[in-house]
Amino acid sequence: MKKYKLLDHTADIRVEVWGKTRKELFSNAVAAMFDVMVDFPNEEKTKPLEEKTVKITGNDLEDTLINFLREALYIFNGKVWLIKSCEPLELTSRSVVARLQGEPYNRQKNPLKTEIKAVTYHGLIINKSEKCWQVKVVFDV
Amino acid sequence: MSEIKMERIDDNRWLLPQIGGMKVPGIIYANEKIRQLLKGDESTRQVANVAHLPGIVNYSLAMPDVHWGYGFPIGGVAAFDLEGGIVSPGGVGYDINCGCRLLATNLTLADIGDRLSNLTTALYQQIPSGVGSTGAVKLSSKDQKKVLEDGAQWAVKAGFGTPQDLETTEDGGAMEGADPEKVSARAMERGKQQLGTLGSGNHFLEIEIVSEIFDENTARVFGLRKGQINIMIHSGSRGLGYQICDDYLALMVKHAQKTGIDLPDRQLACSYLDSQRGRNYLAAMVCGANYAWANRQLLMHQTQSVFEKYLHLSPRELGMRLVYDVCHNIAKIETFHIQGKVKKLCVHRKGATRAFPAGHDAVPAQYRSVGQPVLVPGDMGSGSYVLVGQQKAMQETFGSACHGAGRVMSRTQATKVSQGRSISRELADQGVLVMASSQGTLREEIPEAYKNLNDVVQVMHESGIATKVAKLKSLACIKG
Repeated sequence: MKKYKLLDHTADIRVEVWGKTRKELFSNAVAAMFDVMVDFPNEEKTKPLEEKTVKITGNDLEDTLINFLREALYIFNGKVWLIKSCEPLELTSRSVVARLQGEPYNRQKNPLKTEIKAVTYHGLIINKSEKCWQVKVVFDV
Repeated sequence: MSEIKMERIDDNRWLLPQIGGMKVPGIIYANEKIRQLLKGDESTRQVANVAHLPGIVNYSLAMPDVHWGYGFPIGGVAAFDLEGGIVSPGGVGYDINCGCRLLATNLTLADIGDRLSNLTTALYQQIPSGVGSTGAVKLSSKDQKKVLEDGAQWAVKAGFGTPQDLETTEDGGAMEGADPEKVSARAMERGKQQLGTLGSGNHFLEIEIVSEIFDENTARVFGLRKGQINIMIHSGSRGLGYQICDDYLALMVKHAQKTGIDLPDRQLACSYLDSQRGRNYLAAMVCGANYAWANRQLLMHQTQSVFEKYLHLSPRELGMRLVYDVCHNIAKIETFHIQGKVKKLCVHRKGATRAFPAGHDAVPAQYRSVGQPVLVPGDMGSGSYVLVGQQKAMQETFGSACHGAGRVMSRTQATKVSQGRSISRELADQGVLVMASSQGTLREEIPEAYKNLNDVVQVMHESGIATKVAKLKSLACIKG
């Protein structure tokens, strides 16, 4: 299954993300955001990645997802740490605990493509069909 | 969702009737051509959504450069009563005090001669731009607090400019009411590295030439003349501003249910102006605004140094002077006459420029006889306009006008249609030199992605909100 696709939005970037489970939806949303921002060329594994665990809360599932993406964006912009994989360990509609793998960001290795200023709530609804979970997120760029 | 019906008021205005939970009607400034472009665009719904917010006065407004944003439309103007009204971080935008600064010089094209390319390369190398760029100035925590409190005034004290620059900067380059304590550690951290950087996306620095004068008298007062070389800078508060907006938006969403405000879109999350949270946001927003003014002051200073060095000119020969600096993403407490009463309102301008008329106290003394300069940059390569604010803006638009051309095409669409084209070559053929740190940005910012600037400005001119003073043509452009 495809993880995400870019949709049209006049001023900003809008992505549609899918996941077989809610955990996968969260993890794919983080992957989509980083794919928009940074190039991931095929690289040899030189050293093992570092690990971080984060716990994020929200008013409901949508809010928790946005807060989770916000945190991931801050880890990149504020801590200059590139998330290369993200695995939600526990997930309820009001909180998520996730293990992040990544490394200090190196511009030469992963060139920047687009600056995302923020993750917005605009038009945000998480849907569940028989097959999968789906959400559309607008990033302010 | 069904299309919202618009009713024609006159050649340049359309009414969105008050329906459902709207507290006031909406008005969109558009001629027939622009209205056609709005069909099927989400921005009209966004104008209607803003009309749902408590304490909104008269109308939810959109300028002719309106386009689909998130929450508030871009090009949106809305004023809220201090009693019972709200302030919304999304109504200001992530890039707090994103704005424009126009610099005039003594130069003509002949003074630059064949050195335009070298000069542009030097500007591109000396002025940090692009995603994740960091500035030459590294701030200590103590200095950063001063920047947030004193804005461009800090920069001038630190030697980056002259007191005259402050006279022609909106609010003298420092809004009152800043409280750095209300800015999060995260925002402070992001701000430390980025002062004096242009940024990415639609931010730019352009060398332009005054190509047309529409209003001789006002142009003379603004110090603009045909054939003059000018520089337009478009930048904002960088990561510090984005983080301030995001922090308060998260907080307001978290407490949305408690305030009992019914939101058609969570991105419109807001707090009452008369609440601790609302006041805290405004105090933090002012810090972001002041940082942006310091940033543009530093960018001007760097530009001046490059011009002097590469054209071998003394400051006196170059004669670089700040015509004006406007912010176009802001919320401000301003006074207006509403149904015969003098009222203080919190005016949100999200992608809209203040456009105060002659005689207004907030207009710099040297321009008070004609009105405030309104700077309207176009898309890459299409030049800019200088307008002047008119009395009608005070009656109809809470002293506001358009801020640019306004996108019509999404970034993905623009990238698609420009596949395989050399955008820098196309612009070079039109006499515009472009340097960008990302070819992707160039494709996203192609001229077809924007409305025609002439149409947008004409709507403002004909409706008497802000009238044309001068047009500037692009010569060279640096993109992030």
